[in-house]
Amino acid sequence: MSLNDPGDTRTQGVKPPVTHVGILGWMKANLFNGALNSVLTIATLYLLWKVVPPLIRWAFIDSVWHTTGKACRHAAGACWSVVWENIRFILFGFYPYDSQWRPLVAMLLLFGLLFYSQNRKHWKKHLIYVWIGGLFVMGLLMKGGLFGLSSVESTKWSGLPLTLLLSIFGLTAAYPLGVVLALGRRSKMVLVKWLSVTYIEMIRGVPLISLLFMSAIIFPLFLPEGITINKILRAQVAIILFTAAYIAEVVRGGLQAMPRGQYEAAESMGLNYYLTMRLVILPQALKIVIPPTVSILISAFKDTSLVVIIALWDLLKTTQSVLANPEWMGFSAEAYIFIALLYFGGCFSMSSYSRKLERELSAGEQQ
Amino acid sequence: MREKQPEKVPFWLDPKKRAILFQIAVLGIVGLIGYYLVSNTIFNLKRQSIATGFSFLHKESSFEIGESLISYSAASSYGKALIVGALNTLEVSFIGIVLTLILGTFVGIARLSTNWLVSKLAGIFIEFMQDIPVLLQLFFWYAIFYDSLPSPRQALAPISGLILSNRGIAFAVPAPSPAHKYMVFFFLAACIVTYFIRRWAKRRQEKTGQYFPTFRVGLALIVGLPLVVWLLFGAPTKMNIPKLVGFNFKGGLTLSPEFVALLLGLVLYTSAFVAEVVRAGIQSVSKGQREAAMAIGLRPSQVLNLVILPQALRVIIPPLTSQMLNLTKNSSLAVAIGFPDFVSVANTTINQTGQSIEGVALIMALYLIFSLSTSAFMNWYNKKAALVER
Repeated sequence: MSLNDPGDTRTQGVKPPVTHVGILGWMKANLFNGALNSVLTIATLYLLWKVVPPLIRWAFIDSVWHTTGKACRHAAGACWSVVWENIRFILFGFYPYDSQWRPLVAMLLLFGLLFYSQNRKHWKKHLIYVWIGGLFVMGLLMKGGLFGLSSVESTKWSGLPLTLLLSIFGLTAAYPLGVVLALGRRSKMVLVKWLSVTYIEMIRGVPLISLLFMSAIIFPLFLPEGITINKILRAQVAIILFTAAYIAEVVRGGLQAMPRGQYEAAESMGLNYYLTMRLVILPQALKIVIPPTVSILISAFKDTSLVVIIALWDLLKTTQSVLANPEWMGFSAEAYIFIALLYFGGCFSMSSYSRKLERELSAGEQQ
Repeated sequence: MREKQPEKVPFWLDPKKRAILFQIAVLGIVGLIGYYLVSNTIFNLKRQSIATGFSFLHKESSFEIGESLISYSAASSYGKALIVGALNTLEVSFIGIVLTLILGTFVGIARLSTNWLVSKLAGIFIEFMQDIPVLLQLFFWYAIFYDSLPSPRQALAPISGLILSNRGIAFAVPAPSPAHKYMVFFFLAACIVTYFIRRWAKRRQEKTGQYFPTFRVGLALIVGLPLVVWLLFGAPTKMNIPKLVGFNFKGGLTLSPEFVALLLGLVLYTSAFVAEVVRAGIQSVSKGQREAAMAIGLRPSQVLNLVILPQALRVIIPPLTSQMLNLTKNSSLAVAIGFPDFVSVANTTINQTGQSIEGVALIMALYLIFSLSTSAFMNWYNKKAALVER
């Protein structure tokens, strides 16, 4: 009997009870199901009522947006002026003021590229060339010296572009290194395996800050007299070496999840080690570890903020130097909330993308 | 065996020989790089006349450390300064881990609540805390202390015995009394006794099926024994209440802004990850397990203790340990807000002595000891908790 059977008159016109449908029904099922939950709901609502309205008042109603630091001291609410009046220094730091459109364009290009690559339909060979071209153009915009762009020393790169640079290059260089380390750890060659294991466990056992210290103060001692390497590059190398160890562990998980049959099938087709890995094992193994790889990506992005400690002018450091200015002293909360939102935006879009990807990929498995 | 084909294969096509050659090449390259770096370093150290070796550990440090668990002064040696730093690292990590476990478990369970509001709030908390760098969170809490809290003279006192100022949080603690020592002793004794009761009760239940209320008896022992001791000593209730003397607080216990900011940042950040671990662990136990346990007539507490937790913990413990280790490693960020942890003290030592290699080596060694002992524990646990399949 279908639901809309006109023959059955008993249920016609009878609606479900009000308490089971619509907003009331939803509230009953999700907020007031049982005594404990009702108490919890009321307590939470009370707490929210105590916290949220004052917060909104502070952040929006009583806040000031375009004033000097002095005027801010009389404001009852948040002083967002500390962000808006210094936005260009916070974002671009010491990059020459007149040329700051260049890092801006470079960043927009980066966001465009990221947006383009997030669609899995575009995951083809041409994407690699697009990225190589894009990175080249970004480098050119940042560094200058060609096509009439004035040259800007990399020591002046600071703020958000530096944060993004450290993350993007850190990850692109760490990924292949991590894959090689993972293969090394799974290798049958004792020496190779032993070296990889030592490297991975050593790096994973120490905090990133110790590697950054190493890059900042010990690394110059490693080099022959007269040769110096840019401080940014040294920190970049430390981030790469650190991230690679974590990627290696994630990739190892993927390699271990490959059934033996895959290796045997590849072998029986006469593929050598290199071809087995490139054509059979890695494409599958790397695909199943995409979600954990993205979480490594997210933590690497967050970890770039640590370069503050070795006095590199990333986003956090430019903000702190604004706050050290007597005019803006005391408005740290506002400034930190602003960059926290920037970081949150970046990490949240990555994690929700990873969740979406996970869904799509697992849907593919089930078909 | 007439045909000996392997002999015809040239050595570079024989996988075994090729593997040996490859490894020799790898070793050679790594060795060469190592030799190059070490020789450069030795040359540079000589040129800049930087001392080597760990003899500096015995020299006078001549810097003060704000917080110390053991007696320390500027006249103490660098070695002692580093010990103070290591103890501070351990202290903040230990307290941080305990608080993180409590908060993380709480948020993780809240995330699974059938109450929509509670679950959503927990979700928002988790997402925000995970997506903001821990260093930024430390700076934020530290700034809150300095910018928003008044000086000690105008300190806030929301409840009596608790004082908030930009010099830290001061609160009342029970005045020292001989009862405390005995209370701690009986508390520990009760814990040990409870452990043995639990073992005995479990064995008896497996043998005879008789149930023993371990939880209630254990709780009564652990809470009751110290309480009885306290009453026997005449229930001392005298409190040491902090008072403003000059620019600082005397009496009670004062937590420095650095310590509180570090602890707050680490706990909030890590508990978001712990909450996700706990949620995933509980969700990993299939619904059928609970239903089956209830069908054979177990009580709700038994369902939790005998069926759900043992299975959930097997999933929870490994990632949980790595989160605890992360918290310990992240405590090294104390150097950024000036809490004297090991990294911070080592950094000062490096700046004063110039012996950067030894300093960084010490930092790495300490954290390697932490992580290697943690992974040793993990291996032991995994062996113990692994499914025993028939």
